[in-house]
Amino acid sequence: MLVIRCPWCSERDQTEFSYHGEAHIARPATPMDRTDEQWGDYLFFRSNTRGPHRERWLHAAGCRRWFNLLRDTATGRILAVYRPDEPPPAATAG
Amino acid sequence: MHKHSFLDLLRHGLAGNRTWPRMWRTPEPKPEYDVVIVGGGGHGLATAYYLAREHGVRNVAVLEKGWLGGGNTARNTTIIRSNYLQDPSAALYDFSIRLWEGLSAELGFNVMFSQRGVIHLAHSLHDLHEIQRRGNAIHLNGVDSEFLDPAQIRRMLPSMNLDCRFPVLGALHQKRGGVARHDAVAWGYARGADAHGVDIIQRCEVLGFRTRGGTVTGVETTRGFIGARVVGCAVAAASGVLATMAGFRLPLETSPLQAFVSEPVRPFLDHVVMSNAIHLYVSQSGKGELVMGAGSDPYVSYAQRGSFDQVELAVRALLELFPSLSRLRFMRQWAGNCDITADRSPIISGTPVRNLFFNCGWGTGGFKATPASGFVFAHCLARGTPHPLAEPFGMERFHSGALIDEGAAATVAH
Amino acid sequence: MDGVTPILDACPVRRAAQTNRLAGGGGIDRSRPLDFRFDGRDYQGYAGDTLASALLANGVRLLGRSYKYGRPRGIVSAGPEEPGALVTLGSGAALEPNIRPTMVPLRQGLEAFAQLSPAGTGPDPLGWIADRFSRFLPPGFYYKTFSWPRRLWPLYERMLRKAASSAPVPEQRDANRYEHRYMHCDVLVVGGGPAGLAAALAAGRAGASVVLADENAELGGALIDEPDTPAGRAARAWVAAMVGELDSLPEVETLKRTSVVAFHDHNYLIAVEERGDSMVPPPAQRLLKIRAREVVLATGAVERPLVFPDNDRPGVMLAGAVRTYLNRYAVMPGQTMVVFTNNDTAYRTALEAAGAGARVTVVDIRPQPRGALVRRARAAGIGVLPGHAVTAVRGRRAVRGVEIRALADDGRGVGAAAMELPCSVVAMSGGWIPSVQLFSQSGGRLRFRPDVGAHVPGEPPTLNRSRPAGACNGSFTLSACVAEGLAAGQAAAGQAEAGVGSGAEIPHPPPPGTDDEEEPALFLPHVPGPLPGPLPGKSFVDLQSDVTVADIVLAEREGYGAVEHLKRYTALGMGADQGRTSALNGLAVLAGQRGVGIGALGHTTFRPNLKPVRFGAIAGPHLGPSFTPQRRTPMHPWHEANGAVFEDTGTWIRPFCFPNPGETAEQAVRREARAARTGVGLLDASTLGKIEVQGPDAEEFLDRMYVTTRRGLAVGRCRYGMMLNENGVVFDDGVTTRLAPDHFLLSTNSSGAARVLRWLEEWLQTEWPDLDVFCTCVTEQWANATLVGPLARDLLRQVTDIDLDPARFPFMSMRQGTVAGLPARVFRIAYSGDLSFEINVPARHGLALWESLVRAGETFGLTPYGTEAMHLLRAEKGFIVVGQDTDGTVTPVDLGQGVPAATARDFVGKRSLFRADMLRDDRKQLVGLLTADPSLVLPVGTHLTDTPRPVPPVPTLGFVTTGHFSPAVGRSIALALVAGGRGRLGETVTAYRRDGGPHPVTIVPPCFYDPDGERRHA
Repeated sequence: MLVIRCPWCSERDQTEFSYHGEAHIARPATPMDRTDEQWGDYLFFRSNTRGPHRERWLHAAGCRRWFNLLRDTATGRILAVYRPDEPPPAATAG
Repeated sequence: MHKHSFLDLLRHGLAGNRTWPRMWRTPEPKPEYDVVIVGGGGHGLATAYYLAREHGVRNVAVLEKGWLGGGNTARNTTIIRSNYLQDPSAALYDFSIRLWEGLSAELGFNVMFSQRGVIHLAHSLHDLHEIQRRGNAIHLNGVDSEFLDPAQIRRMLPSMNLDCRFPVLGALHQKRGGVARHDAVAWGYARGADAHGVDIIQRCEVLGFRTRGGTVTGVETTRGFIGARVVGCAVAAASGVLATMAGFRLPLETSPLQAFVSEPVRPFLDHVVMSNAIHLYVSQSGKGELVMGAGSDPYVSYAQRGSFDQVELAVRALLELFPSLSRLRFMRQWAGNCDITADRSPIISGTPVRNLFFNCGWGTGGFKATPASGFVFAHCLARGTPHPLAEPFGMERFHSGALIDEGAAATVAH
Repeated sequence: MDGVTPILDACPVRRAAQTNRLAGGGGIDRSRPLDFRFDGRDYQGYAGDTLASALLANGVRLLGRSYKYGRPRGIVSAGPEEPGALVTLGSGAALEPNIRPTMVPLRQGLEAFAQLSPAGTGPDPLGWIADRFSRFLPPGFYYKTFSWPRRLWPLYERMLRKAASSAPVPEQRDANRYEHRYMHCDVLVVGGGPAGLAAALAAGRAGASVVLADENAELGGALIDEPDTPAGRAARAWVAAMVGELDSLPEVETLKRTSVVAFHDHNYLIAVEERGDSMVPPPAQRLLKIRAREVVLATGAVERPLVFPDNDRPGVMLAGAVRTYLNRYAVMPGQTMVVFTNNDTAYRTALEAAGAGARVTVVDIRPQPRGALVRRARAAGIGVLPGHAVTAVRGRRAVRGVEIRALADDGRGVGAAAMELPCSVVAMSGGWIPSVQLFSQSGGRLRFRPDVGAHVPGEPPTLNRSRPAGACNGSFTLSACVAEGLAAGQAAAGQAEAGVGSGAEIPHPPPPGTDDEEEPALFLPHVPGPLPGPLPGKSFVDLQSDVTVADIVLAEREGYGAVEHLKRYTALGMGADQGRTSALNGLAVLAGQRGVGIGALGHTTFRPNLKPVRFGAIAGPHLGPSFTPQRRTPMHPWHEANGAVFEDTGTWIRPFCFPNPGETAEQAVRREARAARTGVGLLDASTLGKIEVQGPDAEEFLDRMYVTTRRGLAVGRCRYGMMLNENGVVFDDGVTTRLAPDHFLLSTNSSGAARVLRWLEEWLQTEWPDLDVFCTCVTEQWANATLVGPLARDLLRQVTDIDLDPARFPFMSMRQGTVAGLPARVFRIAYSGDLSFEINVPARHGLALWESLVRAGETFGLTPYGTEAMHLLRAEKGFIVVGQDTDGTVTPVDLGQGVPAATARDFVGKRSLFRADMLRDDRKQLVGLLTADPSLVLPVGTHLTDTPRPVPPVPTLGFVTTGHFSPAVGRSIALALVAGGRGRLGETVTAYRRDGGPHPVTIVPPCFYDPDGERRHA
C-alpha cells in the first residue's frame, strides 16, 4: 500500500484513493467525426508503460478531488504529484 | 515422447535414481526459426507443443527471459473452470477443460488435474439471477453444471457458515472444474515441446523486433538476433512493453494480483469455493494449504510485490464464510502481474506488424485456459488465421465495439 | 478431539520430574511450577519455560513425525526458525495446529499434541515403509505416475491428499478477540538484540519517535543466552541499562512478543503482538500496521544446520539452541554430547555444556582449528577431533551415538575408517545465516559473502528506507553489532528529520569479554561420502518438507537447476518455516552440483510473511456485522416492528415484503402489488440515490451526461434519462428534477449514487474544468415514502398543504410544502406506472412521516410494500433495472430508447452507439415474453432458443432478465434480452433452463399493463 500525497490533503494511505487510468487521454472534440478505429483507440488503447507513467487518481475517501501522479510502475516510486490544471512534469521528474 | 509411469519409478529407483533423463535440453539459439514464441510460461510452451504436434511445425524456439514457467504460471491459484457468461468464452474455456482432461495422459506427466468441482456462491437475489443466467447459458453450450440450494451446500461444505453477513442463498456447481498443479503444466508442456524438437531457451530476453516493410523478421535478444518467419508473443503482463517495442499499443493495463496460502492442514475442503459478492476464491492444495486469491491492486504496476490491503479483505471474506479457520494461519503471499482488458476477455490476434501475433489479456484467469490458449494460438501462428474458437477474440473488437464482456461475472479475480 | 490420538494412555503416575533440568541457574522461576500435558501425558515445567524447554527438561525427545517419510522428529532450535517438530496446541475452540513449541510460553494447564503423522509419536509402519522404500518416491514422483488408468486418478488423488499434512483443522469458532492498531513513527527498530537496542536508544536520544519490536518475551537477543558468569552477568546488566533508558524516553515504545512479519511498500510494515489467548482484557493478539519513516533492521541471524546422514534424528540440535536451553532454561538436553561444527562459536556450547557436567566431544570439519575458543576448550579437557565429520547418526527415535570419519583435505570425501561415539545429543553448527528476509522484502538486494557463507544485505531499496545493523548485516561480534546499531539509529533519526539530540557517544559501554577472536568457518555443502559413492542414510536439507541432498542432486540432473525450479520441484523451503534454516543449504548443494558459486545462483524470493499469522488477527474486528457496513433507512425500525422480511441490496437492507401472519412471501407480494394497483400502497424508497447539481453551467453539464436533453425542463418539472459510459453502455438511469434555473436534483439507482457522483466529478474535474458546476450527494439527507395507487391522492390530501389538483400538480413535476406537518418535496414520478407521490422529507423526519402516513392510511387500507412488489409493478410496465435488465453490453438502443441523431448534440457515450457492432440489428434487445402456460413464471436467467426441443449445444438467443406472476395482468410476465427481439414480435421461441423443460413463449413488446400510460397521469 503506497503513500500518496494528495495535492489538497497531504500524505494518505493509497486505500483512500482510487486509480482511474492513464492521464492526458484527451477526449476528441468532435467524436462523431472520428472513425471507429480512432474512437476505439481513445476508449481502450493505453501506453501501459513500464516506467514513469502519468495517471489519474481520485482522493475518493477524502476530498474527492482528482489529480495526477507521475509514478514509476516498475518500482512504485512516485516521481511527481500534480493537479489537473498543472502542466505534466517531464518523465524524469523527481 | 516417453510417458512416465510407476514402472519408471521402480526402474530408476532400483538404479539409485541416477538414471532419470533431463526434462528438456538447454540448447543454444539457432540463427533462425520458422516460429519464435516469446514467453516461456504455460501459454507459450503449450503453443510450442501444439505447433509441433498439431501442425508439424518443429523449427520453433521459445524464448524466456527468466526461468520457464516463472511468471503467472507459477503465481496463480490454479483454478480451472469454464462457467463463463458469454458464449465465445464458455466455448473457449470448455475446450480448455476437455484438453485438461486428457493432458496428463497425453504429456505422460501428471499435471494433477483434480476435478473436484467449482462452487460459485450466490449471496443475494441478484447473485442467484446471475448464476441462473450463467448456468443455463453454459448448459446450452454443452457445459454441465448444477444449481445447489443451501441444504446441498451445507452437505458439501460442512464447515461453511451460510448465515454470514451476506447469507449464502445458493450456488452454481461445475463438477468438471477444479485445480491442477501449476508448475507441472509448464514442465509437462516444456518436456513435450522439447521432445518434438522445440528449442526452449531460458534467460533470453527480447529487446526488440526487427521488421522489413511492415513484416517481422526476427527478434533482438540478450543473446543476439534470432530470425523468425513468424513471431508469437505470449508474455502476459509484459505484453505492453513488447507492443511498445513493436510500435503499437494494446487495449489493456497491467495490475498486480495478490494470492496467498495458509499453513497446511488435513484435507477438509473438497471443492473450489468462489464468491464474487464477498470477493474470495479458495481451494485446498495437495499439500493441505488453503490457496486463496485476493483482488488486484487497482493500478498499473509491474512491481510484482505483495500488498496487504487486498489480502486483508480476502481474509475477512474467508473468515466470514469459514469462521472456525480464525486460528489457522496465513503463511505466504505473492503477486502476479495481470494484463487486464476492458472486457476482461483475452486477445488472440494479429497486430499492425505482419506475422507478429499476440496472445494476451488473459487478466486474472489465464491459467485455466493454458491448453486451449496454446492450441488456438498454435493454429494462428501456423496458418496465419485465427482458430474458429479464437475468432471473436481479435483485437479489432475494441474498434467495432463487439466486446465479450465478462466484467460483470468477473468482479472477483480468479 | 478429532484425529489427534494420544498414543499413550493418560498416565496416572507423574513421570519422574524434569530429569534433564540442571540443579541451579537459568532464567526460569523454580518457585512457580506449571503442569502441562503433551500427547496425553502429564508433565511439569516452570514459569519462564517454553513448551520446548519444558519438554526437553522432561526428557521428551520425539515430538512428531515428518510428512513424507514419517521419520521421528524432535526439537532442533530454540526460536522461531524451528524446522523440526510442529505440535498442535489445545483442542476444541482452542485448537491451533502447526505450532513451534520453541515459541510457546509455558502456562498452567497447557495442552499440546504431536502431529505430522496419523500415528502420532507412536509406531508408524506406513512411515517406516515410506522411509525404507524412499528410493521409489523421488521428488516429484507424483508427476511421474498415477496418471494411468485415468479413472483411478481421483482415488490416487485422495490417497495423496490424505498422506500430506496431518495437522488438524480447527472446527469450532474462535473465542478470542483480535484488534488492529495503526502506528506511525519516525524509526521502527525490528529486533531487540544488542544492535536493535543500540539503534533504538540512539534514535530515541536524538528525539525521534521510536518503536522497538522484538519477537521474544525478553529483550537482549543473544545476550540473554549468556551463562551465569561475570561476563554473562555484565551482558545482562548492559541489556538492563539499555532497556531502562529506553523505558525512560517518552517517545520510545517497546513491544515484546511482537513479530514484524512483512515489509510492504512505502515503509508499511505488518507486525503481530501476541498477548496470549484468553487474555483478560482481550485481545489475544494485535495486528500492528506500522508506517515508519525509517526502519532499522536488527533481525539477527539463525544458526545454519550441517547436512550429514540422518541429521534429523531427535537429539540432533543446533549448537546455539543447546546453549540457550542450558543457560536460559537450565536444561541439559543430554549428558553425552557431540558438538559438530565448522566454526568457532559452537565451542561455547561445548565449554558451557562441559561446565554443566556433560561429557562433550567436538567434531570439527576444519583441519586445524586454533582459535581462542578452541584453545579454551582443549584447555578445559574437551576432546576435539579436527578434520572429522559425523557420517552417521545412530538411533531412530532418539540419538544414541554417531559415526565419525576423517575428511579428506579437500573436503570432497571421507575416509573409510569409521569410529563410533556414543552420545545422546548432537549439537551442530554450520555457521550463521543473517536474517535478511525483511531487508529483501523491503526491496533491498542481497549479495553473497563467501566469508559468512551466506547472503547479506547489499544495495539498499529505492522505494523503502531500511537499514540493516548487526548480525543480519553479517556482523557477528558484539562490538560491531552495537556500533552498527548506533550508527543506524542515529542516521535513521536524522533521516526521519526528528529533533536533534546527542547520542553520538555510545550510551553504555558494551559488556567485556564476549567477543573472542574467531577463525573463519569452513563451508561444505554437505558431508560427502567415501569416494566414490554416497554414505548410507538420508542427509536432510529441509526437515519440514523432507528434502534430502539426493533429492536436490536428482532434481538438478533432471533439469530443475534454476533455484525456483528446485524449490518448486522438491518443495525445498516451502514449509511453514519458509526455509529459514534450509534454503541456504539447498543452494549450497545445488551450487556444488552445478559447479558454481552460491552467489551465482541467485536466491528464491523472500515473501511475506516471515512468520505465519493467524487469520483471526488479520481479519481483526472486521467480521459479522462489521464485515461490510449495513445501511438502513430511517424507517427501518417500523419495518422491523411490523414483520418485514429483509433483503440485502448492495449494502442497503431493505424490506422484501411485509407478510401478514400465516402468509407466504409470495402471497404477501401479490397482496401488496394488488393494493398498489387498486387502492394505495406505501413504499420506503429512501435508498434511491439523490445528487444535487448546481451552478450556472448545470444544464449544459447534464446535457452532456444524459442521453435525453435537460434543456427546456421547467423549474419544478421532472424528466427521465439514461446515463451511458463512454463505451455507450447504460450505466445508470433516473429522473432529473429542476429545482431552480441553475439547480437540479438527480435520482440514481439505489446502489449507484456513489458511482454516479464519482462519474460526474470525473468529467467536471478532469475534462470540463471550465464548467461552473457543483455536485453533492444527498441520498442520506432525505427519506422517501412513496404513495402508490388510485387512492394515493385522497390519502395524501389528508396530510398535506400542497395543492394536489392534477392540473396544477401534473405527472412529472415536483412541489414543496408540508406533509404531516413536515417540510417536504413531493414528486409525481411513477416507477410503478400508477398514480404516485414520492414524498421526501429530511431524513430525521423519515420515521415520523412514515408513521403519520400509516395512521392516515388506516381508513384507506394503506398497504406497505417491499422491493419485490416494487419490482413486480415496474416489470408490468416494462421499466428496467440497470444491472438486472442490462449488463455490461446493453445500450439505450437495445432498450428501445430513442437516441439523438448523429448530427444532434453530443453526450458521453454517444459516439460508441454508432460503431459497427452497435448498428447490428441482431443485437440483444429488450422485449416482453408471454408463456404458453399463463401460470408458469420464467425464472430470471432462463435462456431462449429457436429450437423447440433443444439438445445442447444449441445457440442461445438471449435470456430472461425479469420474471413474475402479475396479479394485475392475471398471468406470468417476463422481460428478456433477445437477439433481434424487436424484429420478432409475435414469434414463438423456446424458453429453456437446466432445471426445467423447454417451454414455448411468445415475444411481445416490453409492457404488459396500461400500455398507453394513462394511469400515472390520473
